[in-house]
Amino acid sequence: MVVMKMKFPFEKRVKLAQGLWLLSWCATVAGATTFTLGCVLKTELRRRAEVMDNTDVHIVPNTLMIVGLASLGINYFASKICQDALDAGRFPRWKNFLKPYFAVSCFFTVLMLLAVIMSYAMKGSLESSLKVGLRNGIRFYKDTDTPGRCFQKQNIDRLQMEFQCCGNNDFRDWFEVQWISNRYLDFSTKEVKDRVKSNVDGRYLVDGVPFSCCNPSSPRPCIQYKLTNNSAHYNYEYQTEELNIYLRGCREALVNYYMSLMNTIGAGVLSIFILQGSVLVSLRFLQTAMEAVAGKENTEIETEGYLLEKGVKDTIMEVRSTVWDVVYSQMSPSF
Amino acid sequence: MAVGKVTFSKAEREKLAEVLWLLNWISVVTGVTLFALGLFLKVEIQKWAEVMSEQGTLYVPHMLITTGLAACCINYLGGKICLDCADTNKFLRWKLVMMPYIICTFFFTSCVLAGALMCYSIRSQLEESLFLGLRNAMRYYKDTDTPGRCYLKRTVDMLQIQFQCCGNTGYRDWFQIQWISTRYLDMTSSAVVDRLRSNVEGQYLMDGVPFSCCSTFSPRPCIQQQLSNRTAHIHYDQQSQQQNLWRRGCRQALLDHYTGIMESIGLTVLLIWLFELLVLTGVRYLQTAMENVLRLGDPDLESDGWILENSLAEMARSNFNIIKNLGKCYQVDDDPNINIPTAAAEREVSSRQVQVPVTG
Repeated sequence: MVVMKMKFPFEKRVKLAQGLWLLSWCATVAGATTFTLGCVLKTELRRRAEVMDNTDVHIVPNTLMIVGLASLGINYFASKICQDALDAGRFPRWKNFLKPYFAVSCFFTVLMLLAVIMSYAMKGSLESSLKVGLRNGIRFYKDTDTPGRCFQKQNIDRLQMEFQCCGNNDFRDWFEVQWISNRYLDFSTKEVKDRVKSNVDGRYLVDGVPFSCCNPSSPRPCIQYKLTNNSAHYNYEYQTEELNIYLRGCREALVNYYMSLMNTIGAGVLSIFILQGSVLVSLRFLQTAMEAVAGKENTEIETEGYLLEKGVKDTIMEVRSTVWDVVYSQMSPSF
Repeated sequence: MAVGKVTFSKAEREKLAEVLWLLNWISVVTGVTLFALGLFLKVEIQKWAEVMSEQGTLYVPHMLITTGLAACCINYLGGKICLDCADTNKFLRWKLVMMPYIICTFFFTSCVLAGALMCYSIRSQLEESLFLGLRNAMRYYKDTDTPGRCYLKRTVDMLQIQFQCCGNTGYRDWFQIQWISTRYLDMTSSAVVDRLRSNVEGQYLMDGVPFSCCSTFSPRPCIQQQLSNRTAHIHYDQQSQQQNLWRRGCRQALLDHYTGIMESIGLTVLLIWLFELLVLTGVRYLQTAMENVLRLGDPDLESDGWILENSLAEMARSNFNIIKNLGKCYQVDDDPNINIPTAAAEREVSSRQVQVPVTG
């Protein structure tokens, strides 16, 4: 019931060790790349932290950074092991180290795969976080004199200009919020008084948007106010006007941006996962092949290498019982 | 009387050749750097080429690109030559090429210096070009239906947003041109007709600016219209006015941007020039040392290397003499048959001499 048995003559073992040494150094570089990709993603998420309500989605870059650092260590040891593998005298000192080493390596490699899956799964969480964050941003746009919120206007303006978007779902979100502060409203004029009276909460609501929603590609100067009133502007029909202001909502724009970033990073991490997996599989074959050589006089004999000594189910049960024993022995001195 | 004379032993000559080989390869890398800098500058200028009036400024990046490519070729050849120079036999192959090579490298090095100096001197020309270009761009801002000018509005808007500037010198430049197209003006309205009639050229001038002039740092929603009328907006005090729009003119903003780039590029090119000069001096020393060794006959002897064989004044004098003598090439002063009288001519002279005393 041995899983994947393969014969390894001496030359093949030598080639395996050499190839694995090179592969493990490539995997070290790949691990550093994973760490860098995690840092890049985290920086990009932090840049727009003001329009995100929670940091749940940060688990993806955090995991990538941890996995990157761990794989540096894993691959360093892998290269050291295969350097010693060809010397039958030096190889036995790694004997006790290899079982926990494989356990830890498998854990981190699986974690790498989990990070990629999470980056797709967190889309919903990211979207809801942005929804709440942007809603607050738009609500506090006018509060440039309130400490803690004074930079919201700047952030929202810059966001809308950079991502070419307007509002949360679309530009109509600005119609439902008072985004002009009372400090800049002349309460002696009839127009302002009428507007404030026209709704229950006494807010000054306009069918207008801030200047940062304006689209530079429009052929006509930007129309910001009285957007729904066709007669207020010459030769203007708001139902068919597409170029005047940005029609896309900022939530959609940001979600698309982050998902494309995570897709690119996910593709890279997936290929690094395959590389790391192949390093571990090759190392396992090398280990089992070399263990068969141990103690023999002629080190150049042909040996067999395998992945698992027993079948998959038996190995899992064995691992579980080992873990139980370890946990039990840790717990029993406390009694 | 040689200029910069240094004596080289055989080991020193070989060491010099090795060091120069390495320096030449480093110079190939700096040549690639020069090429890359020229390319970068060209891309940066092309980005905002629509707001510059003529492309006279493009000669600087073109110069850098050509000198970069020339640097790669010349230093690659120099590396090959220096590698061979360690051995006197191989040097014989390159003997005739060395002098033209050194003269070429000298001219090329001065081109590098010229490129560096150009980076610093282009500022005034750039300012003029930007002034005219921005003035035209603002004038054609409204012409989004004219072919060739339809993207000028977008370019100017993006420029003002990105560089955080407004207008040519300041935001008041927008008051003096019509930046709203007549297609979007209601000619039946009396307000519009009044405005059009209020000036000689019939232009719709207003004290307003496009949205791209709005500052994101302002605490209040942007005020774009009726900017000269303080009472039109509530609490429109001095500070509000300062923060409302971008204060800087786009000409100044672009000038600062390009001057910054060109100053750093100029500094890098100056450093590259110094390095090239060092390599050139080394190659000249190596050439003269090897030639002197060949003249002495024994490759193991010590030989002298110099920059110039005679002092500068003597070299100028000898060159001047050469040029002077070039003009005399058809006067054969040293023909042995001139001024030696022939036998027939002698008889004629003597008969003439006999006749003279008879008449006298």
